[in-house]
Amino acid sequence: MAMTEQEILAGLGEIIDEIAGVPADQVTPDKTFIDDLDIDSLSMVEIAVAAQDKFGVEIPDEELKNLKTVQDVVVFVQRSGVSA
Amino acid sequence: MGILDGKRILVTGVLTDSSIAFHVARVAQEQGATVILTGFGRLSLVERIAKRLPDPPPVLELDVKSSEQLDSLAERVRAHVSGLDGVVHSIGNAPQDAMGGNFLNTSWEDVAAALHVSTYSLKSLTMAALPLMGAGGSVVGFDFDAAVAWPGYDWMGVAKAGLEACARYLARDLGEQRIRVNLVASGPVRTMAAKSIPGFERFEPIWGQRAPLGWDISDAGPAARACVALLSDWFPATTGEIIHVDGGVHAVGA
Repeated sequence: MAMTEQEILAGLGEIIDEIAGVPADQVTPDKTFIDDLDIDSLSMVEIAVAAQDKFGVEIPDEELKNLKTVQDVVVFVQRSGVSA
Repeated sequence: MGILDGKRILVTGVLTDSSIAFHVARVAQEQGATVILTGFGRLSLVERIAKRLPDPPPVLELDVKSSEQLDSLAERVRAHVSGLDGVVHSIGNAPQDAMGGNFLNTSWEDVAAALHVSTYSLKSLTMAALPLMGAGGSVVGFDFDAAVAWPGYDWMGVAKAGLEACARYLARDLGEQRIRVNLVASGPVRTMAAKSIPGFERFEPIWGQRAPLGWDISDAGPAARACVALLSDWFPATTGEIIHVDGGVHAVGA
């Protein structure tokens, strides 16, 4: 069964909290990683690695730079057909 | 049977699974080695990546600028293995001002920072690991051919030229202890480190046009395998050498 947007968002919130110390409740779809959440590029790489482990979806490096908002990642993970 | 059966290898420089060092660690394990990693800066990322290796190795923190961390390295490695048979140096960094076409205006401070991390560290890492290599060993570093000037590479190119000389002097002074010191001069590989080289994309067509064997910029495998070969007993009389793993680009004029 595919994960819902809400489930992906919750999982992503946990990852970002753990790696960047941003409380999960601040991780809302419209937030940008760099400007709103103050996440640097290496943290983004780690978030992508953790997201790959958690959702089983590979986020290629070339794709990572296009994922600017939380919603971008949620959509990417969902489109990649992740199943829980 | 692998060519590194029973060997204990310390691998620096793993950051992501695109790192050349990650592939060295993978191939080394496939060839029978026990691997210990060191990481710098984002240790939590290195630890996550370590779990993607066939046999997740321990990760020790090592900042080559820190004499405390260098001094304690041997003891920290001994918590996992009784000694080392090989050390992989895959470390390089230069401030942004030291690369990307600013060669004539880079300050000494930025040049010094590049040399400290990218050149001198081969000596510091080797000496830090020396107490663990009582039975001899193999040190392998990663080079980018420093015989010519490259676009944008600038002071990093000077640092690599220094690395080449450093490897020769280490080879001279450590031969008596049966320690071999060699470099792998790899063609360009698209890693996190490469992304921080301004104008890295200009290397791709150079290799595309000139490499007699062709070159895959996304494949760290050839450089990793050459490194593992140098770590093995199959280069017993080779030291102070630079092995070009570049599809043959160094050998052709155009």
